Order: sequence, then structure tokens, then C-alpha cells
Amino acid sequence: MLELKHLSFTVNEGKNTKHILSDINLSINDKKTVVITGPNGGGKSTLAKIIMGIEKPSSGEIFFHNKNITDWSITQRANYGISFAFQQPVRFKGIGVKELLSLAAGNELSTKGACEYLAEVGLCAADYVGRDVDTSLSGGEIKRIEIATILARKNTQLAIFDEPEAGIDLWSFQKLIQVFEKMHEMHHTILIISHQERILNIADEIILIANGQIQQVGKKDVIIPQLVSIAGSCNIYKGVKDQ
Amino acid sequence: MKQELNHSEQKLLKIISGLTSLPNGAYNIRFNGTALARSSSKNIIIAKKSDGKDGIDIHIRPGTKNETVYIPVIMDKSGHTELVYNDFYIGENSAVTIIAGCGIDNCGNQDSQHDGIHTFHIGKNSRVKYLEKHFGEGSGSGERIMNPTTIVNIAENGYMEMETTQIRGINSTKRITNARVAAKGTFIVKEKLLTHAAQYAETAFQVDLDGCDSSTNVISRAVAQDKSRQLFTAKIYGNNKCHGHSECDAIIMNNAHITAVPVIKANDPNATLVHEAAIGKIANEQLIKLMSLGLTEKEAENHIITGFLK
Ligand SMILES: Nc1ncnc2c1ncn2[C@@H]1O[C@H](COP(=O)(O)OP(=O)(O)O)[C@@H](O)[C@H]1O
Ligand SMILES: [Mg+2]
Repeated sequence: MLELKHLSFTVNEGKNTKHILSDINLSINDKKTVVITGPNGGGKSTLAKIIMGIEKPSSGEIFFHNKNITDWSITQRANYGISFAFQQPVRFKGIGVKELLSLAAGNELSTKGACEYLAEVGLCAADYVGRDVDTSLSGGEIKRIEIATILARKNTQLAIFDEPEAGIDLWSFQKLIQVFEKMHEMHHTILIISHQERILNIADEIILIANGQIQQVGKKDVIIPQLVSIAGSCNIYKGVKDQ
Repeated sequence: MKQELNHSEQKLLKIISGLTSLPNGAYNIRFNGTALARSSSKNIIIAKKSDGKDGIDIHIRPGTKNETVYIPVIMDKSGHTELVYNDFYIGENSAVTIIAGCGIDNCGNQDSQHDGIHTFHIGKNSRVKYLEKHFGEGSGSGERIMNPTTIVNIAENGYMEMETTQIRGINSTKRITNARVAAKGTFIVKEKLLTHAAQYAETAFQVDLDGCDSSTNVISRAVAQDKSRQLFTAKIYGNNKCHGHSECDAIIMNNAHITAVPVIKANDPNATLVHEAAIGKIANEQLIKLMSLGLTEKEAENHIITGFLK
């Protein structure tokens, strides 16, 4: 179980203190698929980064499998089973797709092994396995390679995906849903930040975050109709991409 | 030849040239100032210089295709210093690979120094791939110093690609490359450089694009660690209708210093010249991504640098 207790994140902007997350309390049970949604700038990515250890909370605590991991490094959390797919995947000069997947796997992958992960995210593996993870890849391509790195990680227990649908075309979208369903069957806990109705549909639980606070938590049957009415004229829940 | 080199000398030779035994074809293996082994082939003639200078002349017959010449230099006598001239005459319509390079192992307390002046005369329509790897090691307090000068003359429609690498181990280097390119000729440089500790490296390229439709691309990837210092200069002079591009991409770490001075000068209204130079730390997101895959910060750093210099 992942537990967040009284988590806050503030930044100083000149004389003012900006509250990005305020008193977040949340428990996510093992093997669940949980989707976080909410308007842009609400604090979703910041929360995901705090769970991965990329940002340090200003106050509050994080427990994972009953261990207080609040002060753990990124590396420690990764080795304890937390994986994170970035909203904006990082590009490298001179690191190949196969090498990145091998680093994720923790051992040197064969070409065939690397191709299997790429095929799972809908990439024609032969076209990509020899390429570098650099600026020559399109947004959708690098996004899918990012997701493949999470699949390659063998010790994952909690996988966090930050807007995995961004830049991904319709055909691949079906693949993406399959990826989550398969991870779910393998008893991973999955946390997805998304605005996509089809991803909201596969959630065991949906969390609405706005203005740095949890506004609502619930089962999809109850939450989805409410979300649409809360959104009103705003159509973010119809799949308009985050900026 | 192998029997005459001890284990660490053989290792040095392998690092800089890939050789584990004598190659086929033409070669000259220089060890502590003398030729340990030399051989010519039917098309490639290697001869000791006759003008009194230390070094060799390499004549490659016109039309020689897909042959490789090895001319590695290794040194492990502390205090040995040398100035060597190697002149290459590459006949027309050839396609050859030249593997040079220098390895110094200095276990003593005197400085070891290799200054090499390589001059290339590349005939019309010829293609040359030139690989030069510099490497140093040794526990002694004596410095390992290497100053390679490369002078290149490319005739019409000739092509040269120069790959020059120095990863660690050389205390001080001054690398000078001057090229002149005739019509439709091309000169490509790929430089990879890593300095650490208190090392100093200076690279200076000057390319004169003399002929119509000549071109050059000078690409340098450099990493400066600890308190090492680097100075990179690339001058491209467009003297005709031509294309010139230089790119210096450097990662700076710790307390290192890097200066990049790209110069482009158009002496003809039809010259197109571009330079790019960027110096910066390893991007934090890159470290974070690799750490999120379970690597330590140090491991992440090493992977990023190795990839960058690949
Ligand atoms: N380190 C930071 N310094 C200043 N502002 C930040 C920092 N991190 C996040 N923010 C701000 O916090 C808000 C929430 O950002 P984010 O978590 O990315 O939102 P979301 O993912 O929900 O769109 C945004 O307004 C963003 O600009
Ligand atoms: Mg976000």
C-alpha cells in the first residue's frame, strides 16, 4: 500500500509562498489501478514527482509497503519497486533505445528482448531498436519508448504514468489500454495521471485534484458522470491534451 | 613482433589501434622511437624519411581500393621525447583507411612526449578515412604529453573523414589541424575528448574551403572533468561557393574550464557557413531519468558521458 500523509509542497516566489499541494492524504491499495485527473496546473505531476522522490515535500510523509520512504533517494525508491514514466520524456545524446531498455531491465537485453517491449507499446521494433533516444524521435515515439522502459523494469510494484496518452495516436491508444490491463493482471499497482475518458474507464478509483488539493475520490461509476458536470463547458475530460 | 612487446605494451597497442598481431598489408609500428615492425604492400609503400627528419613517407598508388594502413606509436620509456613527421601521398581514385594513434605508458618521473606532424596529400576523387586514438596511462609522476599536428590537402572531389579521440590519460595536448579543400572536396572531422584531473587540452581547427562546392563539417564532443581545462578553436574560411559547419558540444563538470571559439569567415558571397557551440552541465532530467531506472547518480553520470562520447 502507498500512503501519503499530510503532504504539502510550497515554493517561494519572491516574498510570496506559493502552495502547489496542500495537505494531501491518500491511500492506494496494492494491485489497484488508480487514475488522477484534474485541470492543468492542479498539482498532479508534482504529486507524482514527490512519490518518485524527484521533488521533496515541504511537509508530510510517504509510506510504501509500511516503510517511511519520505527521505529516500530516487534510486532507493526505484530499487524498492517504484517506476515512473515522465510526462515529458527525457532525450539523450548517444544513448540507444536498446541501451535504455537494458538499463531499465537491469541487464543487457537481446535485440529480440528489446523488441518485445517495443512491440507492446505499438512500435515496429525493427525501426527503433538501433536508434538513439534523442531529438530525432517524434513526441509520440519517445512517449511510447518511455512507457516501454517501465515495462522493462522487472521489480516494479507501483508504476506511475504521467499523461501517457499525450501524443499517442488512436491505434496505439488501444495498445496502451492493453498495457495497463496486462500490468493490472500481473498484480502491479498502477497510478495514471490522465484526462482521457477511456483511461478513466479502466480505473478502480479516480482522484480529482485541483488547486493543489484532493477534491474527490471515488469509484468510476459514480465519479465519471460527476466529473463531466463539474467540468461544465470545459472539455478537458474529453481528451484535450494537457499543455 | 608480439614476442618483443610485453603484456602492457601489447595492451597499449590494442587500445589505440585494435591490433593484437601483425596486420596484413602495409604497417609501421613505432615503439620508443624506432620502427618495431614495418611492411609495405603492393600498392602501399612505407619508407623511412630520407631528408634527415625522423618519420616515414607513405605512398599509396592511384586506384588503391579498400586497403588499410596501420601506423601506431607506443612509448613506455619515461623521459622519451620525439618529433615525428609522417607524410601521406594518396594517389587519385583511391579508397583507404589509415589507422594512426599514440599510446604512452609513463611509470617514471620524467615527462614523455610525442609530437607528430602528419601531412596528407589526397589525390583527386580519393576517399580517406583517418582514425587517430590517443591514450595515456602510468603511475609515475612524469607527464604524458602529445601534440599532434595534422595538415590536409584535399584535391578535387577528394574526401577525408578524420576521427580523433582522446579519452583520459594525457596531461597536456595541443592538437592542430589545418585543411585546404579544393573543388567538390569534403573534409569531415569527428573529435571526441575527455579531460580530467589537472589536464589541459587545446584543439585548433582551421579549414580553408578554397574550391567551388567544397564542404566541411567539424564536430567536436568534449567532456571536461575535475579541474581540467580545454580550449577549442574552429576556424572555417569560405573562399569560394562552399558549405562549412562546425559544432562544439561540451559537458562541463566539477571545477573544469572550457572555452569554445568558433570562427567563420566568408571571403566569397556564395559561402554558406554555420557554427554552433554549446557548453553546459549534464541535464538534471537525464540524471533523474536514469536514477528512476535504479542507477545511482554516479552510474547515471557515467552512462550519459559514455553515450555522449560514443
Ligand atoms: N518547482 C516549482 N517552482 C514553481 N512552480 C512550480 C514548481 N513545480 C510546479 N510548479 C507549479 O505548480 C503548479 C502545478 O504544476 P503541475 O504539478 O505540473 O500541475 P499538473 O500536472 O496538474 O498540470 C503549476 O502552476 C506549476 O507551474
Ligand atoms: Mg502534469
